[in-house]
Amino acid sequence: MEVQEAKFKVIGTRPIRHDGVDKVTGRARYGADISLPGMLHAKVLRSPHAHARIKSIDTSAAQALPGVKAVITGNDLPDLAAGAQQMGEMVINPRYLSLNILAKDKALYNGHAIAAVAATSPHIAEEALNLIKVEYEVLPPVLHVNKAMAAGATILLSELRTSGEPEKSDQETNVATHVRFARGDLEAGFKAADAVVEHEFDTSMVHQGYIEPHNAVAQYNADGHSTVWVSTQGTFSVRELCAHILQMPVGNIKVVPAEIGGGFGGKTTVYLEPLALFLSKKTAKPVKMIMSRTEVLKATGPTSGSFIRCKIGAKKDGTITAAQIWMAYEAGAFPGSPVGAGCMTVFAPYALENLQIDGYDVVVNKPKTCAYRAPGATNAAFAAETVLDELAEKLSLDPLEFRRINGAKEGTAQPAGPQFRRIGFLETLEAAKNSEHYKSSLPKVAGKLVGRGVASGFWFNAGFQSSATVSINGDGTANVVTGSPDIGGSRASCAMIAAEVLGLKAEQVNPVVADTDSIGHTDVTGGSRVTFATGYAVYDAAQSAVKQLRERAATLWKVKPEDVVYQDGVVSCTTNGQESMSLKQLAGRLARAGGPVTGSAAVNPRGVGPAFATQIADVAVDPETGKVDILRFTAVQDVGKAVHPSYVEGQIHGGVSQGIGWALNEEYYYDENGIMRNSGFLDYRMPTCLDLPMIETVLIEVANPGHPIGIRGVGEVPIVPPPAAIANALYRALGVRLTELPMSPPKVVKALMEKK
Amino acid sequence: MQAFTYEAPQSLDQALSLFANVGEKGRALIGGTDILIQMRAGVRRPEVIVDLKSIPELQILAFDPQTGLRLGAAVSSCRIMEDKMMQDKYPGLTEAAGLIGSVQIKNRCSVGGNLCNGSPAADTPPALIALGAECIIASAKGTRTVKAEDFILSPGRTVLQPGEILIEFRIPAPKPHSSDCYQRFIPRNEMDIAVVGVGAAVTLNGDTCTAARIGLGAVAATPLLAKAASEALVGKPLNDQSIAAAAAAAQKIATPITDMRGTEEYRTHMVGVLTRRVVKEAAERARNK
Amino acid sequence: MAGKVHVETTLNGEQIEFLCEPRQSLLEVLRDVLGFTGAKEGCLTGDCGACSVIIDGRVACSCLVLGPEVQSKTLETVEGLATSGDKLHPLQQKFLEHAALQCGICTPGFLVAAKALLDRNPNPTEHEVRFGLAGNLCRCTGYDKIVRAVMDAAAVMQGR
Repeated sequence: MEVQEAKFKVIGTRPIRHDGVDKVTGRARYGADISLPGMLHAKVLRSPHAHARIKSIDTSAAQALPGVKAVITGNDLPDLAAGAQQMGEMVINPRYLSLNILAKDKALYNGHAIAAVAATSPHIAEEALNLIKVEYEVLPPVLHVNKAMAAGATILLSELRTSGEPEKSDQETNVATHVRFARGDLEAGFKAADAVVEHEFDTSMVHQGYIEPHNAVAQYNADGHSTVWVSTQGTFSVRELCAHILQMPVGNIKVVPAEIGGGFGGKTTVYLEPLALFLSKKTAKPVKMIMSRTEVLKATGPTSGSFIRCKIGAKKDGTITAAQIWMAYEAGAFPGSPVGAGCMTVFAPYALENLQIDGYDVVVNKPKTCAYRAPGATNAAFAAETVLDELAEKLSLDPLEFRRINGAKEGTAQPAGPQFRRIGFLETLEAAKNSEHYKSSLPKVAGKLVGRGVASGFWFNAGFQSSATVSINGDGTANVVTGSPDIGGSRASCAMIAAEVLGLKAEQVNPVVADTDSIGHTDVTGGSRVTFATGYAVYDAAQSAVKQLRERAATLWKVKPEDVVYQDGVVSCTTNGQESMSLKQLAGRLARAGGPVTGSAAVNPRGVGPAFATQIADVAVDPETGKVDILRFTAVQDVGKAVHPSYVEGQIHGGVSQGIGWALNEEYYYDENGIMRNSGFLDYRMPTCLDLPMIETVLIEVANPGHPIGIRGVGEVPIVPPPAAIANALYRALGVRLTELPMSPPKVVKALMEKK
Repeated sequence: MQAFTYEAPQSLDQALSLFANVGEKGRALIGGTDILIQMRAGVRRPEVIVDLKSIPELQILAFDPQTGLRLGAAVSSCRIMEDKMMQDKYPGLTEAAGLIGSVQIKNRCSVGGNLCNGSPAADTPPALIALGAECIIASAKGTRTVKAEDFILSPGRTVLQPGEILIEFRIPAPKPHSSDCYQRFIPRNEMDIAVVGVGAAVTLNGDTCTAARIGLGAVAATPLLAKAASEALVGKPLNDQSIAAAAAAAQKIATPITDMRGTEEYRTHMVGVLTRRVVKEAAERARNK
Repeated sequence: MAGKVHVETTLNGEQIEFLCEPRQSLLEVLRDVLGFTGAKEGCLTGDCGACSVIIDGRVACSCLVLGPEVQSKTLETVEGLATSGDKLHPLQQKFLEHAALQCGICTPGFLVAAKALLDRNPNPTEHEVRFGLAGNLCRCTGYDKIVRAVMDAAAVMQGR
């Protein structure tokens, strides 16, 4: 599809977002803000053990507490068949999903849900939890992928068998899947190399860290229909998953998207919704559930810690001759780490002949992982981009130049096979090299060692299904209805796209994020897909509305629709120069012209444009304390077409900040019993505004040929390079390579001492 | 949280008789920045919460050149930070009070609450210890005095008996050419609990140190008075050599653990680093007095 | 068993009263008893600032204040920032112009903390802004546009 380098009137500008006033006045309704008359409050009892058989649960004392209306355990939920099932684009395992939200025979992580209580106040519900008696048989916890994969390891799931191996084994295992991408001749490649670098890396489990804990309010009606209000990234997913887990008809569940306080992938599944629904059915009252921060950290999906071995070889002239990586990712208690995506993204920025990528999805006694912004890519990039940096140094090449020599471009085959269409990776390298940041000399900081590092990253982005309608109001304004919960300003982008097509100003379009009864199927807000795919649906729906407007004008003027053009919000007749009307004028006459105008579209677009990022970090390190300060950070990214540049910058700022936290201080700290010790924001250390500098962004627009406006997803790739960029900067500051995440002060000091 | 009753006595007598009645079932409330978290976690389960903020004796902030400082237990960190006398005469204690958490926390928390919470990692004890602070404890039976370094007995436990309230701190007036300093190490730039905290107060006569006290936090089951480290400075010129000796002596008495905030080796290392830095800074301030 | 406490206080300029159990925090009172859901629950340990309110001119985490403690105090929440129905406070306006919010859950807390900061220090440096807001966590924006918005609002409020 041809993309015109068009002169956009609305796209590329920075209007105030439509939901902005509600959000700055406190009026916006997030899931926890919702209250219904007669509502009960429910809380969850969670396993104090990392691995245990549940021998018995006695809920009688809890049930007897005044104010308690219902107590449920895993045995109250339907038994589901084992095995994976297709659910739209996703493959899910309903039985594992159900066991995750309420355990049956085994507690598989500290925080695993064991029982739930609904009561007249949240305080009473909490008191009731203390009255539930559970008998556990404590089992040894498995807390690291290497231990989980070792011979004789304690097995978490007795029915689990490794998939993906050429020969099926019936051996009990903690390895759920083995993924491999390979091509060329690895051995020959390494032989041909003038320099080879190999390292092992160990990264800790980290959490998305959204400020809003999970919530759900459910109301089950006597006629079998129910409504769930929830802060979620995917209303249709919530509906499907609740229907599966509770064995209810999908069409009977209406999911209403409350405003959502952050997700980053972590709110694409269900934890509380099925429980709230089930309790509402049991008590015949609405039920509200909110997680505490401890519950969010212990019992919702963080992303994988990992163990990685990476080896890359290159010739003197800078050409990479062989690249190999072995990665084991923590899935948590049930299979489903993002190791597959890690494998697909890891060497993707480079044109490689000889490569082998092995990824292992490994269960451990930690919470079941869930998507976290470019899931799987950051771990892998930390390893690969560090090794590349060392190779560049060995070959005396500038690290950006080294990447340019090997850089992927249109036609390059990705590690997973498909060839790239038009992409902007080389442009990001060029822009980074020419940036004021890269050209400037490192500042001197008294008492500290300074260094600069670079790294690149890739994320494939997603398409998937979206629906949209565009309706014309009587005054010539328009409504845009989509089913994509807005986590970063996407409803404004959707309004802007419709405005562009209709020739309106952004503020003349009302974007609505609708519930599952009011809009067609729409896949999750995630995968950097909303502006691309839902935007595509909006574009198509707006075009359909334009077509209908031309038909209405043709009716009024008694000409053929082919004789009517629509341009910049004005319909005019090509055969009779006198006839023209503004959209506003036409909108007031629609009833006589054939009827109301609503354009609708349902898409599953194939032309997804992937994203590349190159980032530069300047760090200052106190060599006595190991404390790292980020002095300066520049993030360059190919963004396709920035519909609302402020929110594109915002995505980059946010992803970079999460990457910096991941690099420096964030980790799940477990004791030897598998208990997470830092399950709060005090000791799960995310960056505060005092820990970050202003983050410079450079937006490169290489239009995605697969989209009418050239849009690429932008939200995820920014989180991929930061840990490697910072590690490479630390190397230049200190002379040591750090290969564990986080690169916290004790580790920095230890590395410095070992160097001496 | 379990249910409890809330009392807000307006006088010290009222408060003391309340505590005499409820004993162990009662707990004092000042800033609430520790106790509410502990009650939510079920770690503490008082049946009566006694809000002490309205009691005038606990809000005293007064300096006398002869008798020194009287600091009420409930005086908030923000009040201390904004007080010119505190900044001038006790900059280390002021720093310590000013490092307890964010602006939101500092607007509520108090030095008294910080000490009574009994955490070995608290920020104010090393500064209080360095200054030779005395803690005045009152009950219906009368008052008694406990040295700051003796106040915390083990993590979460203090010398306070049922019925007792900490009402104020008394700190001697700084002699000429004396000052104090408190520094702590945290991985971020704010918000964290100290990985290691060191407070020092020194008095100089020319280049010679005539008095020194060093307090350590977060490196043992309680905050510590580093006696040998302090004595390593006294009677000697304050230079790199004597400071290094003090740092080494401080490291010797530290018995840190490995936990989610730092490793044993790292904390021991940091005792040395911070002792050097804090003593140097305290000396620099003392020279300018 | 504890009964409810009757509390009289001033909220956004209005004298109000409420009943609460002593164990209900000010945050719970605002949200569940009074229906003011602007202040948000993020952590319940005073580490995220999403529940920030101003008490007698000082910003505090309402999750660490008990309902009864605000007897006779003056409270300001995000709902009281806009001076009239259609006129936003400069901080609110600048947050919108600078796109200083993405999901918006931290925004009420930031606005309240920023107002308290500017009330005390009308002309802060970037560092002073960052120091004053370090008790408010944001996971979406990386703080860049928030800091810019606060400094721009400070300029506007000073007539610069």
